Amino acid sequence: MTAEAPEIARASSQLEAAAEKAESRRGLTLAAPSYLYLIVLFVSPLVIIGVYSFASRSRTGRPLLEDWNLDSWAKILGDELIRSIALRSVVVALVTTMLCLAVGYPFAYYIATRSERVRNLLLVLVMIPFWTNFLVRTYAWRVLLGEDGPVTEIGRALGLWDATLFTLPAVYIGLVYGYLPFMVLPLYASIERLDWSLVEAARDLYASGFRAFLRVTLPLTRPGIIAGSILVFIPSLGAYVTPDILGGAKTTLLGNYIVNQYLTARNWPLGSSVSMAIMIVMLIATVWYFRSGARTL
Amino acid sequence: MSVAVELSNVTKLFGDVTAVDDVDLSITDGEFFSLLGPSGCGKTTTLRMIAGFDFPTAGSIQIHGREMKLEPPNKRPVNTVFQSYALFPHMTVEDNVAFGLQMKKVDAGDMAARVKRSLDMVQLTHRADARPSQLSGGQQQRVALARALVNEPEVLLLDEPLGALDLKLRQAMQIELKELQERVGITFVYVTHDQVEALTMSDRIGVMDQGKLLQVGAPEDIYEHPKSRFVADFIGEINLIPGTVVDGSTVKLQAGANINASTEVAAGTAITIAVRPERFVLYRVDESVPEGLNRLSGTITRRVYHGDVFYYDVETSEGTIEVKEENRPGVSLYGVGDAAIVTWDVKATTVVAE
Amino acid sequence: MSTNQRTTANRRLNRLLAGHTWVVYAFFYLPILVLIIFSFNESRLFGFQNWEGLSLKWYRQMFANDNLMQALRISLVVAVGSTIVSTVLGTAAALALERYRRWLGKRAFDALLYLPVIIPDVTMAAMLLVFFTSLGQQLSTVTIALSHIAFNISFVSIVVRARLANLDPALEEAAADLYASRWHAFRRVTLPLIMPGVLGGALLALTLSLDDVVITQFVKGPDTLPTFVFGLIKRSVTPEINAVSSLMLAASGVLVLGSLALQRRQ
Repeated sequence: MTAEAPEIARASSQLEAAAEKAESRRGLTLAAPSYLYLIVLFVSPLVIIGVYSFASRSRTGRPLLEDWNLDSWAKILGDELIRSIALRSVVVALVTTMLCLAVGYPFAYYIATRSERVRNLLLVLVMIPFWTNFLVRTYAWRVLLGEDGPVTEIGRALGLWDATLFTLPAVYIGLVYGYLPFMVLPLYASIERLDWSLVEAARDLYASGFRAFLRVTLPLTRPGIIAGSILVFIPSLGAYVTPDILGGAKTTLLGNYIVNQYLTARNWPLGSSVSMAIMIVMLIATVWYFRSGARTL
Repeated sequence: MSVAVELSNVTKLFGDVTAVDDVDLSITDGEFFSLLGPSGCGKTTTLRMIAGFDFPTAGSIQIHGREMKLEPPNKRPVNTVFQSYALFPHMTVEDNVAFGLQMKKVDAGDMAARVKRSLDMVQLTHRADARPSQLSGGQQQRVALARALVNEPEVLLLDEPLGALDLKLRQAMQIELKELQERVGITFVYVTHDQVEALTMSDRIGVMDQGKLLQVGAPEDIYEHPKSRFVADFIGEINLIPGTVVDGSTVKLQAGANINASTEVAAGTAITIAVRPERFVLYRVDESVPEGLNRLSGTITRRVYHGDVFYYDVETSEGTIEVKEENRPGVSLYGVGDAAIVTWDVKATTVVAE
Repeated sequence: MSTNQRTTANRRLNRLLAGHTWVVYAFFYLPILVLIIFSFNESRLFGFQNWEGLSLKWYRQMFANDNLMQALRISLVVAVGSTIVSTVLGTAAALALERYRRWLGKRAFDALLYLPVIIPDVTMAAMLLVFFTSLGQQLSTVTIALSHIAFNISFVSIVVRARLANLDPALEEAAADLYASRWHAFRRVTLPLIMPGVLGGALLALTLSLDDVVITQFVKGPDTLPTFVFGLIKRSVTPEINAVSSLMLAASGVLVLGSLALQRRQ
């Protein structure tokens, strides 16, 4: 290094630093509009609702920003109604997830193992109902399961079931119907990416078809299973439209309860605390999902 | 002869990793210069700094005397042929090649003529309307070349452009590239990890390892007179035997044998003797060996048939020596277990000091 | 990947899987088909025993319903408006995250962008209601649109990011190498290549906006189509709803097939 080299070195790192700073500013500028938007229309509402959950209820139902208390939160843990609704919601979400997995896995597997042209056609056929209006699809079941609905007619004719509307099974049907595509798509993606030579290697090493599936295919498609499960569990936990249309008083879920608190019973602090509680549970579930190795949804 | 690219004390740090370590390099105008080294040696980073995709942490880069500083790549008079070709998939071959000219707002008539000339040069005029995805690997590579050259850059940078091609195609392209460079006269800076490629095509080679530029020279220099163990080992095949300098013309090998070698290294210094396998000549024990040759006796422990040559492993007092002999009538065939004398010329003996 | 076809060589298993698949498809489509069929039923009662012949009665009634038409108009205005804004913002966000290595608050922004996706509908609905009322802001079409944008930015950015991540960064370097300024490189290389992603994101945003019930329900001034239909359903089940539903299904179908045709051309 000559005597002037330190000069060159210093000038160069300064230049490099300046270049990085300019780059950094450009990135921030691009993100700024959406960043600000979300801070105003997402973070601050979130903070407000958090604050409200500690407020008291005024006669109109709006929160009184005095008399801070933990009443709403205590109610979540203490009130029997809320506990039973919460428990029911968790069970419903879990069962829905498992049903979607049980129905969805063989379905996704079959599609993923067809030839390319057939695969694409089958996928399009899955996407079409997926893109149609959720409300309409749920309403369709209200028609089918109602007093005069075809499903009821068939059930009666076979002597198997009567009108099932406004019962828990109806809610399950609606939820599975609505969220099955969310399970199928990640599963399909995972299965399609599978290196089949690994399965063949297992067969070569004396595994039966079933054992090869259990020991090779299933574990390797785990990312898809986890992704699909999260994508079904989360909306199921907060479901409102489906239980509202297909369920009845006995099938109230957390979603219905929260809406009720805001729009009917007018207990905003309570609605806020329950909303926050659900969100915290979902955050935990999602963090766990990312921890288990997935990088994006 | 003017200097096309000048790197002075160029260093690049990525966090704590030193990718390029204090490199000084002068690339002459019009030469075909290769940067050669194993993966991760810093050759691609160096190329990228010349192109402007990365900036040096220290040091300066000059192109034809102009200090580059923080000039972004779109303001530098250089063009790059990327390893993955980076052809714009949504444009035709013609649009790809014309892109640089469009950015420089070259007049339409002039542009059309230059694009046509460029495509003619790589023999792809008939595919001007095709999309990159419709072309073979070799064709894509040529489009990348045309796209860069049409801009008449002062320096052309090539980042392992032949890596994705199969052997025969690669060899054909090497010849084509060399001929192209000679015809066009532009300075080429070529990055590769394939030493045969570098030896075949380059006017000069710069060997890099772990960020450092170890040796710069013409292919014959690098091959015949490596200045370090790494260079000796990296280029071609080599036999390395440790020893000590006795005097200006003698070296004592590790197990005691004395051999002739010409060196300026101080007596007593520990050094390594480097000899290429093809410089050995084997003699039978009962044959007479010419005077003046270095010799070691040994036994053949392995013979590998390579079609055009035979490789012999000869176990000697100084360790196992690998010998390469041509598979040609008149050259005697040795079998495993045969005794042999390994000989080599003083001139083929390189003393490596570190 | 023709090897995967061999793994279901077990014919009985294959038949079982195929059967299961067709049952699932039937499960998907029959309800929709039934709905469409009954929208043409002359009778206002359901059930096959109440079939009174084909009729466009309910469709005519639907078009005459001013409230419904108004709700439809509002839905479209909100959907198009919120889609445009969220697509622009979401695409910019995706670019900032994928193409710029480090900037202030990047990690926080990345996390923030995921929240609207994982948060339950009802929570977000509640949050926004509470936000608007605490500001004293009257609920209207604008509050609906603002709310839709709030969740759509994230969805658009996810889709565009996926597309960007698959884009060879060497392409943008090549553009710079060929004298393109940052803007030109974006316009001539990056944008055309991520356009399928941007359009996909826009389509997703459009669909989510048109679909939305819960959030809209909370922050609405006037009804959108889904909330209007939702209200109808809660009051009584009339065949008019079937007609509306069938048309909404047809519209979705057109959107899906349209986007597929677009994709095929890419």
